[in-house]
Amino acid sequence: MNKRILIADDEPNIVTLLEFLMQQSGYDIRSASNGEDALRAVSEYHPHLVLLDVMMPLRNGYEVCQTMRESPEFDDVKIIMLTAKGREAEMAKGLASGADAYVTKPFATKELVETVKRLLEP
Amino acid sequence: MLQGWVVVLVSFTYLGLLFAIAYFGDRRADQGRSIIANPYIYALSLAVYATAWTFYGSVGRAASDGIGFLPIYLGPTLVIILWWMILRKIVRISKTNRITSLADFIASRYGKSAALAGLVTVILVLGIVPYISLQLKAVSTSFTILLQYPEVAMPAQRAPETMLQDTAFYVALTLAAFTIAFGTRHLDASERHEGLVAAIAFESVVKLLAFLAVGLFVTFGMYHGFGDLFSRGFDEPAVAPLLSPLEGPAGGYASWVWLTILSMLAVMFLPRQFQVAVIENVDEKHLRTAVWLFPLYMLAINIFVLPIAVGGLMRFPDAAVDGDTFVLTLPMAEKQQALALFAFIGGLSAATGMVIVETIALSTMVCNDLVMPALLRMKRFRLAEHENLSHLLLSIRRYAIVIIILLGYGYFRLAGEAYALVSIGLISFAAVAQFAPAILGGIYWKGATRAGALSGLSAGFVVWAYTLLLPAFARSGWLPEPFLTEGPFGITLLKPLELFGLTGLDQITHAMIWSMLANVGIYVGVSLRGHQSVIEQTQASLFVDIFKQTSELASPWRGTASVGELQGLVARFLGPARAADAFRQYARDRGLKSAEDLNADPGLVRFAEIQLAGAIGASSARVVVSSVVQEEPLGIAEVMNILDEASQVIAYSRQLESKSRELEAATAELRAANERLKELDRMKNDFISTVSHELRTPLTSIRAFSEILHANPGLDREQRSRFLSIIIKESERLTRLIAQVLDLAKIESGQVEWHNSELGMQEVIEDALTATSQLFKEKAVRVATRIEPGVPRINADRDRLMQVMINLLSNAVKFSDKEQGLVQVTLRTLGDTLRVDVHDNGIGISPENHEVIFEKFRQVGDTMTDRPQGTGLGLPICRQIINHYGGALWVESRLGEGATFSFTLPLERASARVSKVAS
Repeated sequence: MNKRILIADDEPNIVTLLEFLMQQSGYDIRSASNGEDALRAVSEYHPHLVLLDVMMPLRNGYEVCQTMRESPEFDDVKIIMLTAKGREAEMAKGLASGADAYVTKPFATKELVETVKRLLEP
Repeated sequence: MLQGWVVVLVSFTYLGLLFAIAYFGDRRADQGRSIIANPYIYALSLAVYATAWTFYGSVGRAASDGIGFLPIYLGPTLVIILWWMILRKIVRISKTNRITSLADFIASRYGKSAALAGLVTVILVLGIVPYISLQLKAVSTSFTILLQYPEVAMPAQRAPETMLQDTAFYVALTLAAFTIAFGTRHLDASERHEGLVAAIAFESVVKLLAFLAVGLFVTFGMYHGFGDLFSRGFDEPAVAPLLSPLEGPAGGYASWVWLTILSMLAVMFLPRQFQVAVIENVDEKHLRTAVWLFPLYMLAINIFVLPIAVGGLMRFPDAAVDGDTFVLTLPMAEKQQALALFAFIGGLSAATGMVIVETIALSTMVCNDLVMPALLRMKRFRLAEHENLSHLLLSIRRYAIVIIILLGYGYFRLAGEAYALVSIGLISFAAVAQFAPAILGGIYWKGATRAGALSGLSAGFVVWAYTLLLPAFARSGWLPEPFLTEGPFGITLLKPLELFGLTGLDQITHAMIWSMLANVGIYVGVSLRGHQSVIEQTQASLFVDIFKQTSELASPWRGTASVGELQGLVARFLGPARAADAFRQYARDRGLKSAEDLNADPGLVRFAEIQLAGAIGASSARVVVSSVVQEEPLGIAEVMNILDEASQVIAYSRQLESKSRELEAATAELRAANERLKELDRMKNDFISTVSHELRTPLTSIRAFSEILHANPGLDREQRSRFLSIIIKESERLTRLIAQVLDLAKIESGQVEWHNSELGMQEVIEDALTATSQLFKEKAVRVATRIEPGVPRINADRDRLMQVMINLLSNAVKFSDKEQGLVQVTLRTLGDTLRVDVHDNGIGISPENHEVIFEKFRQVGDTMTDRPQGTGLGLPICRQIINHYGGALWVESRLGEGATFSFTLPLERASARVSKVAS
């Protein structure tokens, strides 16, 4: 049974990109284009890991992350924050909101895939 | 029969004994084993307050007024409560500043004013002379009476025709000689007389014992105790009213209050009291003992006043004997020869103590504050250059002593017979009371000015002279009688005893009300309206804040002189040995080996000034020191003169005030500017952060897809071309973004070159439509134009206007209705502007977003899932361009009803600006 990954990003090209990378690594995927969609998808799809963009409409990545962490149901879901804001303060904010990893755009595809693998197959 | 020579011999023996004590005291002081470093001696010396007036006069007053004699002793007893507060402050100030006299004290406080010192001295001499005459009268009268022992007879009312037959004259000369012997044997830097104080303390004991002896004799020898004495007194119709306090005090309550106040002030500010209480004080702590011992002394010496008075009235029922003489005449009448002699010695003692101390204090003032300043100012004498002036100083004081005592004698001859002892004393008390405002104000009120003190004191003094001194002259026949009864020149309003129609008061109360009103009113009024010079301010805070000062006092001297000069100067007045001693001590206090190591800094100049002040008073010391310091190139006098200009100081402080206001304003501006900068900084950070985000997003796609393509050569054709097209599109987006960011930055920083030329807006619109025709075709959006004919041509940058039009048109196409897209373009003139509208029939923009869309990177899409393409910089750039030409760009829209983007360009402004730029 493949691990499930939710991709949440409002940039269609990035979604395409992440879908390709995750599928290629053998994961099942679902995607969402804003914060609300993402939360809905989390409760319906029960992903093992979420690739979460920070700058999303309706609800940003931090909020989604926090909401997930507040619910015990999704406590063990791994979260990787993706952001184009690379500053350290932002990173600290991301980790503080409960993310497991923080990846800045643009990223090396190999590293992202490895991070995902590391989190899902310890 | 008591032989005259016996009395004289006993008197001189007694005076000799006093002198011996004084000599012994001085010797011990020179050896450093002071005998007056003792609180009891200090307290006893304060009893110099009790003079012949007390000794004889209070019985006289009691014989006429009953307990009316009490206020004079109530005052000191009451004021003692305040001593720890007031007197200790005065003592501390005087020690710190080496004050030598009352005049010195007042002058020092008000900027070392020589004028003030002189005025105080004059007032004191004039005010105290009657008091001295009183002592002479007491001694000579008692001497004359005693010589007739055992006969009790009053001396002739008129004084003998010539001075040579007048006992009082010889008394005056004797006292002058003794005063000179006591007070001017040598010159002391601190003007302290330890031996004298010891003698005075002894004298206080003698007069108390003498008075008590007489009192005891009258009460227990002539009668059987107080009960017997007073019960018999009540039976005598002539005596009974005196013993009944229910009758109310003689002269009314106002008189009592004023007499009490007068004596409160007198016990502190009489020159002799100031001398013993302040100048001769060795240790502030002695005041602690004095505050209980002195009132006790006053009580003791008053206990028998009433018994003696009552006894006297009963013994001499026909009023043949003056009440003032009861202390002497009662023992005489009872044939108590020794007691009578002792009583005489007691009275002599009281008078001598007063005259000596008072005259020494006055002579110091006359010398330091009247004669020396005058001599110093007279260039002819070139006084400051004399080698040794201490002999001159002593001579001046000796002459002053003789003159003052002879003045007292003169007053005695002139007016002495017209008044009882008490009345003469009160005239002096009233004069001394005039100093109270200047002194008390001076030590508690920093705002009091020299001008205030001078004018207040002068006014008080003039009123005092007019209401007390002149009437005394008039009663003695030296002024015409109508002066008193009808007023000068017949002006009743100016009658000296009923000034401005104030009647029904006794003379002292009347005089005190008017003089204090004038004195205090003018003192406070002038002080409040005037300004202080620098030195006044310095001295004011020195005095008022004396207890706050711990370190060296701030020195107003700004110049310096050489150490040698300063020491030489001090030596000229104090003698070389004392000067060398003082300088050596000063150096040692500062941890230096000898005076040669001293620096002639302002501190040393001040030290020299203080040393001199001890000898010649503060104001004279200042003149002398400035004669040396003046030679400095700095020109101390000029500096001080400049600084003395109160107006300048005030102007300076006003300048400072306005400067500080300016600074505050500047600070506020800076704070605001800082806030603006912070805001700009935050905006810049936001901008950079947003730009960074906008750049990273396409870059992410480009990099990741490139990596994917690189890592997966075996991708199928379709996927490969899809990824490649993403890379190309995102590259284009990146390029566009970079171009626009740079464009905006250039416009905002004013670095854009505007290539203006004459153009028709209609052509620009047509060209823009042509340029975007492909977009319209792709989205199948129709376009309708309505161009008003005859729109004036304008001067502008054609490419920039094209940029605006293309941007608006592409936006319109992008947001037009998906199915039946229609864009309408309108051009018309509106007043002196031309106006372009670009309307689409798309989803519209909600009102709250009408301004948002003109902010950088703030795109607004209707459905957030469908993010509009674009950089988010197009509209901000357009607005910048239109604003540059003085026009406006805005949007009107409602959700669901399409949107109209409009801009205006001023027709004249646009061309005017162009011509300006072109030139």
